[in-house]
Amino acid sequence: MSAVGVAVAPSSEAQDGAAEAIHVENLHKKFGELHVLKGVSLSARDGEVIAIIGGSGSGKSTLLRCINCLENPTSGIIRVNGEEIKLRADSHGHTVPADRRQIERIRSKLGMVFQNFNLWSHMTLIENVIEVPVHVLGVKRDEAIAQAEKLLARVGLAEKRDVYPAYLSGGQQQRAAIARALAINPRVMLFDEPTSALDPELVGEVLKVIGDLAREGRTMVLVTHEMKFAREVATHVVYLYNGLVEEEGPPEQIFGAPKSERLKQFIRNIG
Amino acid sequence: MVGLLHSIEIALGATCLGLLIGTGGAYGKLYGGPVVRDLLAVYTTIVRAVPELVLILLLYYAGTDLINQALTAMGYQRVDISGLAAGIAVLGFVQGAYSTEVIRGAILAIPQGQIEAARAYGMSPGLLLRRITLPAMLPFAIPGLANLWLIATKDTALLAVVGFYELALATRQAAGVTKAYFTFFVAAGVLYLLLSLVSNFLIGRVEVWSRRGMPSLKEAR
Repeated sequence: MSAVGVAVAPSSEAQDGAAEAIHVENLHKKFGELHVLKGVSLSARDGEVIAIIGGSGSGKSTLLRCINCLENPTSGIIRVNGEEIKLRADSHGHTVPADRRQIERIRSKLGMVFQNFNLWSHMTLIENVIEVPVHVLGVKRDEAIAQAEKLLARVGLAEKRDVYPAYLSGGQQQRAAIARALAINPRVMLFDEPTSALDPELVGEVLKVIGDLAREGRTMVLVTHEMKFAREVATHVVYLYNGLVEEEGPPEQIFGAPKSERLKQFIRNIG
Repeated sequence: MVGLLHSIEIALGATCLGLLIGTGGAYGKLYGGPVVRDLLAVYTTIVRAVPELVLILLLYYAGTDLINQALTAMGYQRVDISGLAAGIAVLGFVQGAYSTEVIRGAILAIPQGQIEAARAYGMSPGLLLRRITLPAMLPFAIPGLANLWLIATKDTALLAVVGFYELALATRQAAGVTKAYFTFFVAAGVLYLLLSLVSNFLIGRVEVWSRRGMPSLKEAR
């Protein structure tokens, strides 16, 4: 396997000198007997947009969820903002975060957007957006509300601020979820298949918001099935196959001149 | 009237205590280690298996006796435990076992993604419980908890057997003195009914509030 466990090669598109926001090294994840990630490395510098692509079961979502320890990696190194997540083995031999406060601090700098939106259903949109700034980050309520109104306006939901999520379309909910992620002023945005649960006609509005964020230089790690979109916005594409990085590089190379047979086939099938 | 007030006092106290125990118990059963889970299983099984009257007699007499024995053993004076405190403690202990299961079920009914999102944004367990889990499970728990509250208001009558002056005992005494049994027992029945009706009204309001984010079922028909 070509890229197993090898640190990401310095690639042309990486902005030289930009600090490394996320660094993943030789990550393994097992669910019982199932070996989902078999030594994956990944790096995201400030301003980079990393797209993770791959077939179903390739481990791409698991990789993303390991970055903020929603899944605890079995072994490997994860650094966020240069800070390594401390892990330890518990009494059952599972790896768990060693320091809960460290994990909470790191998570509060990573804006996660989920496939199923996961807005809090008992709160209106504005309440969803101010929740973390006010209660986790300690921002004053009025400031948080002012900021949240701007963010909701930005994703085109200003007039829906007092509506509960259940009354909105999937596309609107996902845009609100993006506003919620932006409200913490995240160092990195993590997108876990943000358009997979949407009706086809709603995909565009969400991709537009994500694309705008990419163009303004947000650091993002994006798991996606939207190949055309990945090609447009990503600075670096990682193709996962069966828990390993099969091939990676700039989008022109991955989509224009893929080397690996599997990647060629994957692009043909999905394209 | 004093009897009714006492009944309400006990029911309120017992329900609050029961909710505390229930929340803790549900959390322990869902997220606790094997020892905690086993202990809670023993607690809910035994309390829900033994008739409440028996439990009340047992906990009231044996419980106060135990406390006094412990106190004298440690060289303190015996204390008279007030009927109110004992009543709340005993009924609360019973209510706790039932509400543990109600709340556990309600927490399981929350879409897990909402809890995951809270974790992903760095909420501590305490904050997660207060801001997300409790409000999100409330609409699923209200019907069960409302049942428990109504049962609690009626269970206070059982405390008459340990001599606590509440509505049922007050009625019996008044009826015994005046010989107007029918009048007093009908009056007591009406008071229990009123208490239930007022409760239903208030609980209905709370339920509507707790379901604020959920579209009405009428539209889904």
